[in-house]
Amino acid sequence: MSEVTEPEGGFILRPEGNGTIRLARQGLGVFGRQREATVLIVAVALLLYFGLSYRSTFVSSVNLVDLLSEYMAPIAIIAIGEVLLLICGEIDLSVGFVYTYVPFVMYDAIMYYHVPVALAAILALLAGVVIGWVNGFITVTLGVPSFITTIGTGFGLQGLALVVSHAEPLPLPTAWNSVGKWLGIPGNPWQWAPLIWTVVLILIFHVVLVRSRWGLYTIASGGNLLGAREAGINVGRIKYGNFMITGFLGALVGLQTAFYTSSADPSGGGYAPMFNAVIAAVIGGTAMLGGSGTILGAFLGAMVLATLDDGFTIAGISSNPLPIIFGSAILIAMIANVQLGRLRQAGRAL
Amino acid sequence: MTVQDQTPQAPGGPGPAPDEVLRAEHLSKTFGAVTALNDVNLRLARGEVLGLIGDNGAGKSTLLKIFCGFQQPDTGRILVNGEEVTLKSVTQARSLGIDVVYQDLALVNELSVYHNMFLNREQVRWSLLSNRSMRRIAEEHLNEMGVHIPSVNVPVASLSGGQRQAIAVARAVFTNAKILLLDEPLAAMGVKEGAMILDLVQDLKRRGDVSIIIIAHNYSQVLDVCDRVNLLQHGEITLDKASRDTSVQELNDIVVAEYRRALEERQRSA
Repeated sequence: MSEVTEPEGGFILRPEGNGTIRLARQGLGVFGRQREATVLIVAVALLLYFGLSYRSTFVSSVNLVDLLSEYMAPIAIIAIGEVLLLICGEIDLSVGFVYTYVPFVMYDAIMYYHVPVALAAILALLAGVVIGWVNGFITVTLGVPSFITTIGTGFGLQGLALVVSHAEPLPLPTAWNSVGKWLGIPGNPWQWAPLIWTVVLILIFHVVLVRSRWGLYTIASGGNLLGAREAGINVGRIKYGNFMITGFLGALVGLQTAFYTSSADPSGGGYAPMFNAVIAAVIGGTAMLGGSGTILGAFLGAMVLATLDDGFTIAGISSNPLPIIFGSAILIAMIANVQLGRLRQAGRAL
Repeated sequence: MTVQDQTPQAPGGPGPAPDEVLRAEHLSKTFGAVTALNDVNLRLARGEVLGLIGDNGAGKSTLLKIFCGFQQPDTGRILVNGEEVTLKSVTQARSLGIDVVYQDLALVNELSVYHNMFLNREQVRWSLLSNRSMRRIAEEHLNEMGVHIPSVNVPVASLSGGQRQAIAVARAVFTNAKILLLDEPLAAMGVKEGAMILDLVQDLKRRGDVSIIIIAHNYSQVLDVCDRVNLLQHGEITLDKASRDTSVQELNDIVVAEYRRALEERQRSA
């Protein structure tokens, strides 16, 4: 042991491997770090394809509103929450039912308690935050895996929406549009509001993720839960917070859709927008196992899904095969993630 | 088994000496029916490297977790720099200058080296991370400590085990740790990487402003860098000697005797 304990002074830690392997690994590293690059190429390619093939219909203000405010915005906004949760090692399957339920909170507050519309909308958003807190409480404090927690709360919310609405859609009075226009209603210029909300929220949460303590701790919680705890990070608070952010965003999308369609629909929302958001996050480069992900990638992922959905409609192709494409997209993205990860591991092992 | 009650050789005798940075008196801790620590007394002088050795399950990790505020003892008291303290949390222990480098390193593989070095003590300006400043300081500090890595921007995942351990030690010292607890620093490490870490410990010892407890179950690796060793057996400290007064041979004999006794007990009860 003596030669071990008496090394020459100072030491240099060299990166292992020879030049070629190092280069290869760096190349893969860039590919890995810039996972948005892949989805960006796909999104641009799809936009170009539909834009050039169906110029008159696809590149019209009517269709751009459909594409961006109606198809893309809900997916992208919910995806922000899912990205944060996936990074810190959780998931929210109930957020689509937050979307379903909270318009009724607003509706009842106005109709039965004569709360002003703006305040009622804020109450509905707060309801989303509270539901997020409940998800956090059951997951973090009571220790139930979030996959199960949010299936349970999701069912609960779906039931609540059905009970309070008597399973019938409720029309929203047009008088409420004085508030609703800020969230998005048909017609110029308010039809662009959902898109603007999306862009602003994406930018805010992108900065939160890459440039704030909250983002750093979210990554740390999912990357090394025990390590984050040992470093003194309050991991529970981070997870609670991300559930509450997701609840808030689900509620926002629920209200936006209610105003846009002038109705609170108990059959709206549900699993579809939630799964679309998770798919957008994953094809955008967020790891299902936690520790890494990008908000911009999820935005581009939402763009890809929305373009496919809208493009198929424009092209007059039946939307029946669309789930096949979505399913394939998520599988290809996951296979690419897993295999690239394996290649990186192999590179390191060499 | 021979219980060797050695008189403490550090200055000060029974009372807390001025250059005694850490003292534990009569610490006990049980988990249900299991006694993890039983009346443990331990002291650490300024600039000293103490080897806390013992078999798996002897109570080393429990003692470490108490010192870093992760767990609280059932009885006993702890003095830091001669003052009695209650270590309620990791953050509080850290504010007293006690920091720990865990076996699992507590590094986040997905984050860069400098984000790991600043984890939970980030520099922020208007709520935004001051990445440039943190990067520069991390670079300077690693250079000063003689830890060389390709770049502080790379994710920790891309570093070797020895590099990661070095980063973890550097991080602790960097945050002004005065009492550094190294939990199995050489576990799962090759000879060359282990040498790096031991060299780093010796370097810190030369500087003298950090006191170190190295927790190890393989004492042969660490004996040479330690000033003193404490042997922990079944939750009790059964040996306290200066490193020069003991040897790997002596420690071996104690451990072999313990194994022999355990084997005999087992065969008797069978």
